Amino acid sequence: MNYETVIGLEVHAELKTNTKIYCGCKNEFGGEPNTHTCPICTGMPGTLPVLNKRVVDFAIKAGLAMNCTITKYGKQDRKNYFYPDLPKAYQISQFDLPLCQNGYIDILVDGETRRIGITRIHIEEDAGKLVHDDYANCSIADYNRCGVPLIEIVSEPDLRSPEEARVFLETLKSILEYTEVSDCKMQEGSLRCDVNVSLRPFGQKEFGTRCEMKNINSFRAAVRSMEYEQKRQAEVLSAGGVIVQETRSWDDVKGTSVVMRTKEDAQDYRYFPEPDLLPIVVSDEWVEEIKKTIPELPEQRRSRYVNDYGLPEYDAFLLTSSKKTADFFDETVNLGAAPKTVSNWLMGDIAKVLNDRELEAGDIPFSPAQLKSLIALIEKGTISNSAAKKVLNEMFNSSEEPEKIVEQLGLSQVSDEGALMAMVQEVMAQNPQSIVDYKAGKDRALGFLMGQVMRVSKGKANPQVISQMLKEALDKA
Amino acid sequence: MHTLTAHEIRDKIKNKEMSSKEITKAFLDRIEKVEDKVESYVTILPEEAMKAAETVDEKIAKGESVGALAGVPMALKDNLCTKDILTTCSSKMLHNFRPPYDCTVAQKLKDADTVLLGKLNMDEFAMGSSTENSFFKKTKNPYDITKVPGGSSGGSAACVAADEAAFTLGSDTGGSIRQPASLCGCVGLKPTYGTVSRFGLVAFASSLDQIGPLAKDVTDCALVYDQIVGYDAMDSTSVNRKYASFEKALTGDVCGLKIGVPAEYMGEGISEPVQKAILAALDSFKALGAEYEDMHLPLNEYALPAYYMISSAEASSNLARFDGVKYGFRAEKFDDLVDLYAQTRSEGFGAEVKRRIMIGTYALSSGYYDAYYKKAQQVRTMIMQDFDKAFEKYDVLVTPATPTTAFGIGEKTDDPLQMYMADICTVSVNIAGLPAVVLPCGYDANGLPVGLQIIGKPFGEAAILNAAYALEKNISKVRPTL
Repeated sequence: MNYETVIGLEVHAELKTNTKIYCGCKNEFGGEPNTHTCPICTGMPGTLPVLNKRVVDFAIKAGLAMNCTITKYGKQDRKNYFYPDLPKAYQISQFDLPLCQNGYIDILVDGETRRIGITRIHIEEDAGKLVHDDYANCSIADYNRCGVPLIEIVSEPDLRSPEEARVFLETLKSILEYTEVSDCKMQEGSLRCDVNVSLRPFGQKEFGTRCEMKNINSFRAAVRSMEYEQKRQAEVLSAGGVIVQETRSWDDVKGTSVVMRTKEDAQDYRYFPEPDLLPIVVSDEWVEEIKKTIPELPEQRRSRYVNDYGLPEYDAFLLTSSKKTADFFDETVNLGAAPKTVSNWLMGDIAKVLNDRELEAGDIPFSPAQLKSLIALIEKGTISNSAAKKVLNEMFNSSEEPEKIVEQLGLSQVSDEGALMAMVQEVMAQNPQSIVDYKAGKDRALGFLMGQVMRVSKGKANPQVISQMLKEALDKA
Repeated sequence: MHTLTAHEIRDKIKNKEMSSKEITKAFLDRIEKVEDKVESYVTILPEEAMKAAETVDEKIAKGESVGALAGVPMALKDNLCTKDILTTCSSKMLHNFRPPYDCTVAQKLKDADTVLLGKLNMDEFAMGSSTENSFFKKTKNPYDITKVPGGSSGGSAACVAADEAAFTLGSDTGGSIRQPASLCGCVGLKPTYGTVSRFGLVAFASSLDQIGPLAKDVTDCALVYDQIVGYDAMDSTSVNRKYASFEKALTGDVCGLKIGVPAEYMGEGISEPVQKAILAALDSFKALGAEYEDMHLPLNEYALPAYYMISSAEASSNLARFDGVKYGFRAEKFDDLVDLYAQTRSEGFGAEVKRRIMIGTYALSSGYYDAYYKKAQQVRTMIMQDFDKAFEKYDVLVTPATPTTAFGIGEKTDDPLQMYMADICTVSVNIAGLPAVVLPCGYDANGLPVGLQIIGKPFGEAAILNAAYALEKNISKVRPTL
């Protein structure tokens, strides 16, 4: 039997406010353990939380960017549970009146736009971190992250495949980056997600029983965990089994998930309204003020690239999925470079180097002006395309000006006809069979001979010039 | 000297008739003399107090400007955090806890140049009505040391009544300032919720807790309230408004004051001597030109159950942080993390605290939340409306502060429900967030004080303090003999 996969996501994003959500401590990643803490964020007796208004600003901004309704009268609630990384033994979160509700984001899958519902976005505080020291047989608590502001974004179960979920996550991430609400650095834990997967026979309206996957540290892990879960559930169902509602922990190294807890031993968090904080009352004026601060969003940018620059939809989508990449693109184009050329570089060689070096999209160590110079060097014929790749690689290493790199590495193209003619003749003399082939109308022979000349010139020969010279010489031969 | 009121001490120091060192020494001597009998203190700070007094005296000698209560010796309930000074909440759980910060009211009293004599005994985590739930000691009623001082601020009330400090601060969640004030014959004010910052008060029930003064007379109560009242950005529930001096508002003029006397507070369960003293006080009010009449607060009977639901629910969450991980007591033997929690909390908390945590955890549990916590909140809203309606007609309400005068030590410890009834006259005020002052209005046949409670509108402290001031002048005060 074939099953339809149903996926819903819960994404936690760290807000990049200057200070924490309920105290004046710096909101900064890293730092020696327990240095970004105070009596308030460590929950010392008698201390009280005071809500950082910027957190509400940021959450509303994210909500507006995801087409949500902003809750006019919201509140905060306590989620009670014991764990040593939670110094108050409750997390201040939002239960039944989240700041943002009923939104959506549009994603592009296989050239088609799919609208994915956003159930809610709420604000909450992060917990600390436990470091388990097996050697000393103890655990050590670091409360630096206690009170770091988070938003939790919950999607509707509108996603139908791990691939769709991946695109959703990428799109969501780009919206958070565009609105400058979060840094979205997965490796620093500033973006985390939990995945809910269920299966149902195609055509069935009711959802199947879902399982939740936790401990997912990258988008890649998210996709893998969903693929695994999809397969696992299909096998259980095909064998006539029943899916048990449970929370599973994903092990990215082993590529499998194991049961953490079943529905029966689900925790009762005993939510109740946080009596130390007042309701969050959001006026229309406040919402309007925040609306004004929302920049051009990825979707708007995408259509600008298609309409104004004539880029293909696919290019536009890839470029805009990272704000940094799109900003880099815009700046390079504004300096006068041809949009399609810039797009090719960003999506092609630059993306490849970033990927090889395990850098985030848009973490380009040189400036748009430098890319513009590199493109100009090719257009002027100073360097070949293959040399340009070497220059690019070096630009990633040293961030040097491309002109300087060309000089240092001696990559200028040889356009001196005398020197080139000598190489052409040398190659022709060594490959008589190719000449015969060419005469017999085999075009491939020309390509082969071109390659040989490039080899002899160590890649420095100007291909346009030698192509012309080769043709002339072959015709005469 | 130790019988002087805070305003008398303030004036004498200001007029250089007395030094802060002299009066501080007098109180330390008094403590030395009677503390064995009363046991109101958990921590006494003789050296620190003398040093603070000396600093104030030097400032005055140099002609520097000093705070409004310069040199006045006082003491704080032990759930008010004091920087580097033990703050135990009278619990084994915090027997060694020294906060790295001052609560806002302690800071304000420091700014007023008062002298801190020590920290006062209380029911553990402010849960109780007799101060018998303290981990450390049982405080005695200075009027009769076989009787309880009331609670939970029993140390604060007994301390004032025994002249072991010029004034004290307590906290009131369901009557914890007013009930002991009543039993110990002193004046106690539970201010409007949100007027005094709760920052640094170890929370019992956040939506009900309020700090207030216990003093020898109404004037002292007003002048101390003047010092601690006010907006604090560190407490989100603190109300941002300006307050005129409450001390200066004491005129003693109650002509035309409309007093409501809720019948629900004067019926069954209220002892005869208490009823008699209250009625006599009402006649005094009448003689002073005020009017009173019987009226009804029909929902009052639901206040006590609603109070125990809400306060216990909040307490179960507020006290969850005491888990042996970060500070305070930790059990010596445990098998794993869950056992660390279980052992620490089993050994660290007393029986009453555990009982409230159990009640509160139950009330918030899934499946019970609607029937208990939510229902209690609905009752709370209705009780507020009950009071709102009453205050359309009356300026203040007058009730007994407690159903009986001080009861015997050990008399109610076996029956928690009997003990809870001791708060029957006071809890609805917290439920509605209203201000109320308690003062002695007479004495029973055994010489034990009877407390009268005056309840005001929100932010109506000036009116209730003034009414209390007027009545006070007509009551002949009997001092305890120790």
